[in-house]
Amino acid sequence: MSITAVVKKNTYFDSVSLMSISTRANQLPGVEQAFVAMGTEMNKGVLSNLGLLTADLGAAGTGDLVIVVEAGEEADQAALLAEVEELLVQKAPGASGGADTVTYRTVDSAARAIPEANLAIVAVNGAYAGREARKALENGLHVMVFSDNVPIEEEVRLKQLAHSKGLFMMGPDCGTAIINNVALCFGNAVRPGTVGVVAASGTGAQEVSVRIHALGAGVSQLIGTGGRDLSEQVGGIMMIDGIRALADDPGTSVIVLVSKPPAPAVQDKVLAEIAGAGKPVVVYFVGGSEEAVTAAGGHFAASTQDAALQAVRLGVDVHAAVDELAAKQVDEVCARLAPEQRYVRGLFCGGTLCDESMYALLEVSDNVWSNIQKDPGRRLTAGSPSVGHTFLDFGDDDFTNGRPHPMIDPSLRLARLVQEAEDPQVAVILMDFVLGFGAHEDPVGVTLPAIAQAKKIASDAGRDLEIVGYVLGTDLDTPALAEQVAALEAAGVTVTRSSTETGHFARETARKAHRA
Amino acid sequence: MSTQATSLFTSDLSVVNVGLAMFDRDLTAQGARVTTLDWTPPGGGSPEVLAALEALEDPRVAARTDAANAEAVDRIVGARPMLVGFGRAIDVVPGMTPTTILHAGPPIAWDRMAGAMKGAVTGALVFEGLARDLDDAERLAASGEITFSPCHEHDCVGSMAGVTSASMYMHIVRNETHGNTAFTNLSEQMAKILRMGANDESVIERLVWMRDVLGPVLKEAMEIGGPVDLRLLLSQALHMGDECHNRNIAGTLLLTQALTPALLQTSFTTEQKKEVFDFIAGSDYFSGPTWLAMAKAAMDAAHGIEGSTIVTTMARNGVEFGLRVSGLPGNQWLTGPAQPVIGPMFAGFKPEDAGLDIGDSAISETYGFGGFAMATAPAIVALVGGTVQEAVAFTRDMGEITTTRNPNVTIPALGFEGIPTGIDVRKVLATGILPVINTAIAHKEAGIGMIGAGITHPPAAVFEQAARALARTVA
Repeated sequence: MSITAVVKKNTYFDSVSLMSISTRANQLPGVEQAFVAMGTEMNKGVLSNLGLLTADLGAAGTGDLVIVVEAGEEADQAALLAEVEELLVQKAPGASGGADTVTYRTVDSAARAIPEANLAIVAVNGAYAGREARKALENGLHVMVFSDNVPIEEEVRLKQLAHSKGLFMMGPDCGTAIINNVALCFGNAVRPGTVGVVAASGTGAQEVSVRIHALGAGVSQLIGTGGRDLSEQVGGIMMIDGIRALADDPGTSVIVLVSKPPAPAVQDKVLAEIAGAGKPVVVYFVGGSEEAVTAAGGHFAASTQDAALQAVRLGVDVHAAVDELAAKQVDEVCARLAPEQRYVRGLFCGGTLCDESMYALLEVSDNVWSNIQKDPGRRLTAGSPSVGHTFLDFGDDDFTNGRPHPMIDPSLRLARLVQEAEDPQVAVILMDFVLGFGAHEDPVGVTLPAIAQAKKIASDAGRDLEIVGYVLGTDLDTPALAEQVAALEAAGVTVTRSSTETGHFARETARKAHRA
Repeated sequence: MSTQATSLFTSDLSVVNVGLAMFDRDLTAQGARVTTLDWTPPGGGSPEVLAALEALEDPRVAARTDAANAEAVDRIVGARPMLVGFGRAIDVVPGMTPTTILHAGPPIAWDRMAGAMKGAVTGALVFEGLARDLDDAERLAASGEITFSPCHEHDCVGSMAGVTSASMYMHIVRNETHGNTAFTNLSEQMAKILRMGANDESVIERLVWMRDVLGPVLKEAMEIGGPVDLRLLLSQALHMGDECHNRNIAGTLLLTQALTPALLQTSFTTEQKKEVFDFIAGSDYFSGPTWLAMAKAAMDAAHGIEGSTIVTTMARNGVEFGLRVSGLPGNQWLTGPAQPVIGPMFAGFKPEDAGLDIGDSAISETYGFGGFAMATAPAIVALVGGTVQEAVAFTRDMGEITTTRNPNVTIPALGFEGIPTGIDVRKVLATGILPVINTAIAHKEAGIGMIGAGITHPPAAVFEQAARALARTVA
């Protein structure tokens, strides 16, 4: 134990600063005890009580600064004293300090302070999301609720409140919207244009927007509704308000509706809006009926690709066209398959992409299993092994429970890819790769090692494993579409050009593999 | 639909982002203006508390509550506390008896008291001549012959241990607007003092001198000089860099300036007057208790308004933190554990020496100065982390949980905005922001005294209890 004492004559610090300096000095490594104070009688009394009062210190006056450092045996006293003295040097805060940035804790305070605020994104635990959404609506903000697990009764109340105030209430569980050319949450960089979209499905909306972009057209607004909007209970409040808003929007020339099949009564209500819209309305309800749409004056679309194509033809460019799937490509794949390789396995991030491929395959086989199968007899859970043709939506609650969406955290899907490669009955594995805002920064790159491993497992077993990949994205996304496609092709993956084409590929492969 | 939607489609997007910071980056990259909230689950995430909060936020209830709160803050802002005199507790404090000991915070029995409070109680019993020495005082305190009662239940406040006995001299502060009166005892100045738990001979001697000289001098001076407008002095002190809880240098000069002419005219000897001036000069804290009584006079006027969610008392006894809310009338205390105080300490002491949060002085923050007015006291920012920006942030945050700004007490550095006034239980729970309290640190053991100063917060539990109790009143 050694003690260093210094008296700095005629040096004044106020008592609060000195308490702070003393406290920090006592935290320096190697310091047993430090005492930094003015040489007042009271402070000298304390030093005396501690047995530290030397003659020098005793002679210090009230205008003198006293520094006493008691250090451990091995400490460098001079260095420690220098460190303590360094604490005496106060630095003026820098001019560019970020501490001036104002943060707000509540929607109320932010809305009060920012009068031009016009939209709130709510992405908190579902138990609190309804409250935040309500606060936003009460403050006159349009709302997008990204959160899921919001009770449906609460959704109805929020949507009624929003409707009464003339505000959008997108969600809950709304992952995608494009408002004024700004993609919210998960969305792609698509060019501005005149196609307006109202979608109850996140990846369905992304796919349609990307297909519109690929056709050279662009999106005016993409309004998300949340997956339950067209249920009996909610009654399509947001989709109907969305249709009306786009009908009134001079920047929109054609409207596209995207959803899973609505409750029948709700479908009638929604389709009844078509007549008054005053512009063409294209309807893609996955697996929905053409008759009802046509009767209501709408344009029926059989797929996401078809929805985009019809919309662009009706509202932008009558000559727009897409290439057909080359039958030769399917034949080449089938020619490489061993006889027992009969089944398609789809491992998807996007719910609508999974749905679209599954519905395509259902056209040729009943042996289709999925965690999002409508037929409860053929429904799989996250833990169950694949059966026959299996389509897994890794973005479904069953898989995401407690973990991030597979567009962000691909680990479950990667493990499943390797697992499927071991199955000698597998002919083709389908995968989607979703680019854009909110998504993984390199969805293809993060999957490549698993693809290589899967292919090796199959080839070691003497099989050729076909992996078919679809990249949902545009040339404006980061990373860009072309770059991701090239990386897949370099890894021996067959790349499809749309969600719809991916479904066709699956269907044709299944049909031909069975025949073989 | 169309008007709002059309106006959205034709405006620049300005997004309030709640919950996921990653969206901020994407939206900003696309040229949208984004404000990402510093969000925490309301009500601390408890479904029960959230349900109570939602019940209070129901539009019909909220309209009544807002009106009640407007009345409450009107009374706080409109209160005009005047220092009208000094007198012995036994003569002026309601319910005081020769064997009553008032203490800080919510009710507490002798055996549960913190070290500093026990030290102060035994010292006071010796000072009053009720006990021969400290050992005798401990026996007496435990005997059941002494009545312990919270200062707050006797129109009083007491700083730190708050121990107030019959012959101590009290400030008498009358709220001219609403007619109520508040009391608090006199600053003992130094660090080794009764209110901090010290109780040796020097402490008792000082109390005797305060009883025999200081108190009578001040009493006579007030009789000569007449009332002093304390809100005016407080407001001036804030303009001079005090937050009037942990920094009192300007306030003490102003108060002394107001008292001096009359004090010189008293019948005491020049020697005695000099002793008084020396005592005042001995510590900047002299006016500290004065502002507490001022705040108490205003806050009591705002207590007991049906339906109001405004906090009227925050007080700690070193073991428990106690809250009272206007809409829960009388002495309904909501209590939770007293918290540690974080801040610099006198040389020679370590954090483990510190007692927990203690004292009625949080009436300062309840009114709106002290920690709530940190932005006006750059000289003591070391207490809150060290930078002026942090001090300003404290005041701004307190604006988030209060109802109004007091136009009578302003902060020059914030463009003369008033101090944040009227803590609303609903806002505390909705924002997750707890009131900030500037305070001193007493040693955890009896007999030692003050060892530092810093900041602390109430336990969130007291606000959660308040919300549940208030929700029951509106159910």
